[in-house]
Parts: sequence; C-alpha cells; structure tokens
Amino acid sequence: MSETLNRESLLEAYRTMRTIREFEERVHNDFATGEIPGFVHLYAGEEASATGVCMHLTGDDYIASTHRGHGHCIAKGVDPVGMMAEIWGKATGTCKGKGGSMHIADLEVGMLGANGIVGGGGPLICGTALASKIRGDRTVGVCFFGDGASNQGTIFEAMNLATVWNLPAIFVAENNGYAEATSSTFSVACDNIADRASAFGMPGVIVDGFDFFAVHEAAGEAIRRARDGGGPTLIEMKLSRYYGHFEGDQQTYRAPGEVQKLRETKDCLLQFRKRVTANGEITGEQLDAIDAEVKAMIDGSVVKAKADPKPAAADLMTDVYVSY
Amino acid sequence: MSEIHMLTMPKWGLSMKEGKVNEWLKGVGDPIEVGEEIVEVESEKIAGAVEASVAGVLRRQTASDEDVLPVGGLLGVVADAEVADADIDAAVEAFLASFVPPSDDDEDSGPTPEKIEVAGRRIRFLKQGDGGEPLILVHGFGGDLNNWLFNQEALSSKRAVYALDLPGHGESSKDVGEGTLESLADTLLAFMDTVGIDSAHLAGHSMGGAVCLQLAAKAPARVGSLVLICSAGLGEEINGAYIDGFVAAQDRRSLKPLLAELFADTSLVTRQLVDDMLKYKRLEGVGTALDKLAGTMFADGRQQTLLTGVPQGLGKPVLVIWGEQDRIIPASHAPEAAGLVRVEVLAGQGHMAQMEAAGDINRLIEGFLE
Amino acid sequence: MARKITYQQAINEALDQEMARDQTVIVMGEDNAGGAGSPGEDDAWGGVLGVTKGLFHKHPGRVLDTPISESGFIGAAVGAACNGMRPVAELMFVDFMGVCFDQIFNQAAKFKYMFGGKAETPVVIRTMYGAGFRAAAQHSQCLYNIFTHIPGLKVVVPSNPYDAKGLLIQSIRDNDPVIFMEHKVLYTMEGEVPEEVYTVPFGEAAVVREGDDVTIVAIGRMVSFAQEAAASLQKKGIHCEIIDPRTTSPLDEDTILESVENTGRLVVVDESNPRCSMASDIAGLVAQKAFGALKAPIEQVTAPHVPVPFTDALEDLYIPNAAAIEAAVTRVKEYR
Repeated sequence: MSETLNRESLLEAYRTMRTIREFEERVHNDFATGEIPGFVHLYAGEEASATGVCMHLTGDDYIASTHRGHGHCIAKGVDPVGMMAEIWGKATGTCKGKGGSMHIADLEVGMLGANGIVGGGGPLICGTALASKIRGDRTVGVCFFGDGASNQGTIFEAMNLATVWNLPAIFVAENNGYAEATSSTFSVACDNIADRASAFGMPGVIVDGFDFFAVHEAAGEAIRRARDGGGPTLIEMKLSRYYGHFEGDQQTYRAPGEVQKLRETKDCLLQFRKRVTANGEITGEQLDAIDAEVKAMIDGSVVKAKADPKPAAADLMTDVYVSY
Repeated sequence: MSEIHMLTMPKWGLSMKEGKVNEWLKGVGDPIEVGEEIVEVESEKIAGAVEASVAGVLRRQTASDEDVLPVGGLLGVVADAEVADADIDAAVEAFLASFVPPSDDDEDSGPTPEKIEVAGRRIRFLKQGDGGEPLILVHGFGGDLNNWLFNQEALSSKRAVYALDLPGHGESSKDVGEGTLESLADTLLAFMDTVGIDSAHLAGHSMGGAVCLQLAAKAPARVGSLVLICSAGLGEEINGAYIDGFVAAQDRRSLKPLLAELFADTSLVTRQLVDDMLKYKRLEGVGTALDKLAGTMFADGRQQTLLTGVPQGLGKPVLVIWGEQDRIIPASHAPEAAGLVRVEVLAGQGHMAQMEAAGDINRLIEGFLE
Repeated sequence: MARKITYQQAINEALDQEMARDQTVIVMGEDNAGGAGSPGEDDAWGGVLGVTKGLFHKHPGRVLDTPISESGFIGAAVGAACNGMRPVAELMFVDFMGVCFDQIFNQAAKFKYMFGGKAETPVVIRTMYGAGFRAAAQHSQCLYNIFTHIPGLKVVVPSNPYDAKGLLIQSIRDNDPVIFMEHKVLYTMEGEVPEEVYTVPFGEAAVVREGDDVTIVAIGRMVSFAQEAAASLQKKGIHCEIIDPRTTSPLDEDTILESVENTGRLVVVDESNPRCSMASDIAGLVAQKAFGALKAPIEQVTAPHVPVPFTDALEDLYIPNAAAIEAAVTRVKEYR
C-alpha cells in the first residue's frame, strides 16, 4: 500500500469505528425500551468495512448504502447527532424525521442514502460515477451492498454497466453471512461473491472485513484505480453482524455462541487496538480517551434527540414535488 | 352600380386557412354603405368584422352563423337593388363552380416574413406591396407585426409597407440593449438602413408611436410623415397596472383580463389571442426584455420620456388617431390639431383601434398619405 | 408563418437546444445513438424511432448508448442527477417500466421528501406510450396514470409539437424527476413550433377549444380525437370546450372545474384502461368539487379493461376514437 497510515489517521479510523459501535450499541439498548419508532438494522461488527473504505473518500465522492446504513453514514461524515435525532423521528434529524433509520442521506457529504430497497444503490452509484467521469474530476462512487443484494438483478446490471461505461465505481459486497434469516451459503450460488467480478469484466477481491488494515489496503487500491480511469472493482468483505437482521430478531437461525465467539476473537476494534498499541505508537490510554469522548458524544446525542421537537403537522406536506 | 359583388371569407394573417361565421350584422335586403360592417367572422386567431368595400344591398347570405368556410369562400352577395335575382343566382353558381379552396400546399404562397441582421440583432419583418414612399408600421409594447394584420395589406396597394418586430418582440432578437426609446429608435433607423429605405412614412401604435416620434426627432430627414395611433410619448399618464400586470402575467387566467383592457369590445380577446400572447411570453428572454422596457419607459406607472413638442415641431404632416375609450393611454394626450397636425378621435374605440376599427383607420391613413 | 415541424423533431430540437445551453444535460438510452462498439456507422439509429438522431455528433460524449439494462441505466440517470447532471434517460417503451420501476418510484420519486428536502433529482425519463402501432400488449400501454399516482414524480403528456418542445425544455430545467410521455403515433404530427427556446409551465392546462355545452377533458393523443369530435358536434349545434391538462402531475384542477362550472357536463377521454385511470381520477375530482354544477352524469371514454390486442381488427376497437367521444358528448348533452 502506497500511503502509510500515520498516527493521526489511525486515531481517526479508531474514532470512526468506535463512534459507529457506540451509536449502534446505544440504539440497540434504546430500541429495547420501545421509544424508537419503526425498525432499525444495526451495523455493529462491520465497522472496519465502512471505515476502511470511506477513509479514502472525500466529500465530493459518493457512496450508496443499504438498510443497514448507520455505519456508512458515520464513516462518510454524516453528523451522528442529526442521525440520532432522525432515528428518534425528530424535526432536527438529518432528514427532518421524514426518512428514518433506513433512509438517512446527506448529499452535502456525498452520502446518497441508506436504502430500503435491497440492491437499490447499484444503479445510482453508476450514475454518480458517470457524472464524475463526464466532468473528469477524479471523484468516485462506492456502492455498499450485502450478500442478499448480491443476488439482485440491479447489482448485476450496475456492475455490467460500470464496466461497459468504464466508470469510477467500486462495488463493496459486505457479506455478513445472512440475508435476513437466510444464509449466504444457501442463497449465493457461487463460493464467493467476488467470483462474480470476472463475469462483469472487473477485478474481484476477497477481504477479511474484520481487519481494518486489509480493508483499507484493498479499498485504497480499487479507489486509486478508479480515480485513474481504470474502471470498477468488486470487493467482497467477509464479515459478520453482531445483532439480528433488525432489532427484535432472535437470530434462532444462527449457531449457538456464534456471535459471542466473533466478538471475542475477530472484533475489528479489538484487533485494531491490539495492532496499533503493539509497537507503542499509540497507547491504550489514548484509545480509552477516544472511547470516553465518543460515549459522551453519543450520550449527548440521545439526550438531545429525546428533547428535540417532532416535526409539525404542516411538515407533512412540504418537500414533495407536487402537493395538492 | 350594377355590379354583383361577392363577399368572401377574408384572410387575416398568413396562417389563416378558414374562418367561422360568428354573426351576420346585416340582414338580406339591408342597404349597405362602404365601410359598414356586414358580418362578423372569426379565424382561429382573432375575430373581426367584414366591411363593405362597395355600396349596395345585401342580397344573399350564402353562409349561416357557425358555418366554417375556407379563405375566399362565399359569405354573401352585395349588389344593387335593381340586379335581377336570376343574375345573382347565376353569379353565385358560377362562383361556387370555379372556387377552389386554398390547399395546405398554398401555405408558402404570398408574402412571408423575413429575418435579417440589424446592428447585431435579428429583426423579423414583413413587406407587402411595392413602390412609392414606403410605410413602416411599428407595433407597441408586447405586440408584434401581426398587430397590423388588418391594415398592412389594405395599405399596400400604392406603396411598399413594412411591418417589423421591435427587439424583444415577436420573432426578433430578445436583446433590447438599453431598453430605451432611443435604443429602439436607433434599431428602427438601422433597420431602414439595412433594407435600404432613405425616407419613409412611419406609423406607430402605442409605444411604437413613441419610437417613431423619437426617430423623427433624431432624424427628421428620414421621415415623410407620421401616423400616431394611441401613441405613447405624448403625456405622462399610462395604465401602470396594465403594464405591470402584463409583464408579470404567466398564465391564461391572469393574462386574459389584462388583454381585455386593450379592446373596446372585449369579446375580441379570444382563447387563441390569449394563447398566442402566452406563447410569445414564454419565449426565452421575453420576460427580461419586457421587464427592462417597462422599467426604462413606464416606471412607476408614468411615461418617462415625453416628446410632446415633436408633432408640431417636425414640419412634416402628422396624423394622430386615438380610440376615445383607450384604457391604456388616454385620448386626452392627443395634441391640438393645428398646422400640419391632424387629429382623429374614434368614438367607441379602445387602445387596439387599428385592429378593432381597421376599416376606419385604413381609410384615414390612406387618405392622409395621399 | 411560424415554422412547422413534427412532434418528433420538436423533441429532438428541445434536447439539442438544452444540451447546447447546459453542459450538464446528458442523454442516455438504448440505441439513443446506436452502433456503439459496432464496426459500421455510429449514430446508426438515433433512438429506435430516430428521435435523438444527430445529437451524438453535435454533443460529443453526452449521448450515451446503454446495454439493454433498464434498471441499470435509469438508476444511473437518477444517480447522475444527484451528482450535478441533468440526465434525460429514454425508457424505450413505457411498458418496460416493469423492469426498472424501483429506480423510478422508490428512488428518484422519494429522495427529496425522504431526505428531508435536501436532495434534488433533476432527471427526465422520456418514454414512448400508446396503442396504434400494432405492437400489442407489451409495447402499447398507456401508463401515465401509474406514475401520476406516485408523489414525487411529475408527469408530462404533450399532445402536440408545440407543447412537446416547451414541456420538454421545462422538464429538463425542472429540479424534480419528470416522466415525459411521448405517444408513438404523434411523432409524425406536424404543428407550428417556434425556433426559439421557450418553456411551457407544468400544471397549466390548455383550453384547446372554447364552448359552453360540454367540457371534454382529453389527454395526449386523445386531444386530437376530441377536436375531431368537437368539430363534428359543432355542426349539430353542440359546443364543446376541450381541456388538455398537458401534465397529469401536477394536474390543473382549476381549469377543469371552472369549465365544468360553466358547462355542467363532462366527458373525460383517456387512452388508459378504465380502473384507477386519469379518467376516473378526473371524474372523481369533478364529482367531489363541482357536484352542484353537474347537469348530467360524467362520461368516461377509455380503452376497455383488456390488454392491448395485436391485430388491427381488435386494436382499432380498443383505442378510444372520435365517434365514441361524439356519442358520449351527445349522451351527456341530451341527458335530462
């Protein structure tokens, strides 16, 4: 990998992953109280993927995300305070309480939206990448999608189109092993999602999605190639989610102790901490301090979200193109 | 007279192919004087009356109310009372036997507007007739050369008659430059240079009248005479609500009542007239052009440039015509008739007198130019 | 004389003029140029019926051929719209919405509202609709009603060349997703169209003909049939007012209601199948908001509730025509 991660970058990466984890754990706990409306799909466990990819992106690059999108939002720079308010359905939310967990978007920072439609983001990211290519501004588009979406025609169409048009697009398949309650070993016809890359004329890479450094390196190469006009790449992150498909999912389809074992042996934050403190460049205390800051920030976001007003009745009819 | 005169569907404007009989204003047997309105017909663009060009008696109505006839189709017959019925029937039969309605292929026949480059701007104009000292017709604010639909051909029997679209109007360039009377008059002068007219009679309506006055003040040698119809430039007052409303109006609902202000007979404001005006207003650049012209010339509901001394001071014949009921610029602005200045105020007419009282106005201008 | 061009030429001219004015306007679709990657000519087709012919060479790099992959490229148009472009994507036949509707109604239509007003999606989806080409059930449907149902989409249904040009330029300049419905039979229709650039606003119906007896609201190709019927009815002393909504979303309710307030009688003409159609929608609107003015039941002249048949003997029966309109108008006029 050409660019080395300096100390500041490492601290930033850790802060991002910790922010995602803290955010998701907090939503998990609060959701159980029944105060959060609707349903939420948590990203906990997959933090290294969003963080390792998005560290290569600027605000002018775009990402498209999934219904499990909180991590992508935070990694791309969406304000967690606004996100928390959104999840609580408040007028101060990122989308004024009109989108909710599954539709958080902030085009100002290049976040094209969590997406309630599985596979919905593939064609969209071809579009942002097409605009990048026409402008010739070296920006890129990254489509995050899951193993479930990997079987959707939209993703196939998007990957084909990306190669046909030679777009600066990166397809990141986050294979967490389950599409809802169905194992990817059942639903994905080939051994690896990355194997499909050759069918669409692009490189396919398999990455340990728990390993921030592996993600960062693979994403860096793909994104650099895209910026240089070298076309799209498919990256498959092998990883796992710590919580159910959505909150309330009892996960009876998973093996007993499966998640606990992952948390103890593979957890991206633990691995990261071990590696960066090993040579003494970063101390455990520094990371602890980040943990505390992040916790305070997330606590504050919840306090604010609870106190913030809900949208007014009049807001029902605004922000739509045609209203009667 | 013993002639049998065939009253036929007129052609108003180049695109008119047929017209509908709205209402007979004279009955069979009624005596007819020259210039009297006999029947009201309507094209898809505009409604108007067919006037008698000969005197006699209306002997036949061969078309009924609501009938749609091609241009040139037989409406009725005017002849002296003495002419025998049999002769009239024979004449009608002969006319109908030989009448060929214009086909779609005839569209390109006859005069069509041209577009030329005048001082860096595209200017559209229509020329009808030839020879003599030319007459140039200059429309008003928001108008175009079609404002002279009922006049241009009638006035072109003895001379070349030009009608043009001023900058910002019709199909001319929408760049109005400074948007002042001076700049419009300069364009008119440049137009005369471009088409090779040394001197012309100028007839202007409303704002177009002020443009003619401005040109006459600047280059009197280029002007043979002036005809000013409901002209701007002769007083401060102007219907500011009309000007502002016209500039702002974006849809049929807001535009229609404004256009009604222009006419004495508001039934002339047809659906098509409103639609055509909307089509003009939707052209890119028109909004900016009208806004600019209105801002320079008619700000705060007052005319900003007064040229009241020009008619008397010009030393050329000037004919001033006004609709008595003009609701845009009051007829009281008409100067005193003295010396070379002649004034005609038409009772019962509004601002668009050249359209509503086309026959009268054509006769006045024709007489004046002779 | 104003210049006359066809509906198809009017659309091409609108695209050409807007592409010249604004470098962010891009055109994409299946064979919009034609010949991509092939050994022969480029710009071989200019769209399956030649509507985009010539743009490829006039605007290099901004007319893109796509794979036959409607979800992919319609979605790409939506994504490009989110990233500073003004794409005009061509969905060859509206029937193909079946394979890309998600990108239209779940993505493009939702962004502005779902993202709290912070997203603009200035995408235009041009699509061909309508029966009359012996193209049968999967290439002939009249589906503007389905798009009209979706909040967040604007739906434009030009009935003549003048409106086609002005409405398309308006569509391209509009910051919201627009479905631009082109009736394939109208492509050869000629009409006066200014050479200059102009826009026709959305939500403003055209009063195509004025009359006091019966209001006819007609959409798209049906406007011509309504005019034909009205001309015939005029000879029988029945004066029809014809209203062409021009856009079904937004719908100019006021013009329709004002007309019915005057005439008291309404016939709605819609090429769609009858249930949940614009005809039933407008009939419902008038029944609700102008009930007091009605002197007769509202008539709906629509296609029957069957797929579009292939053979001429059946397709001609399927399409609403002037005779059916005339009969409906006569019924409501004579109703006591």
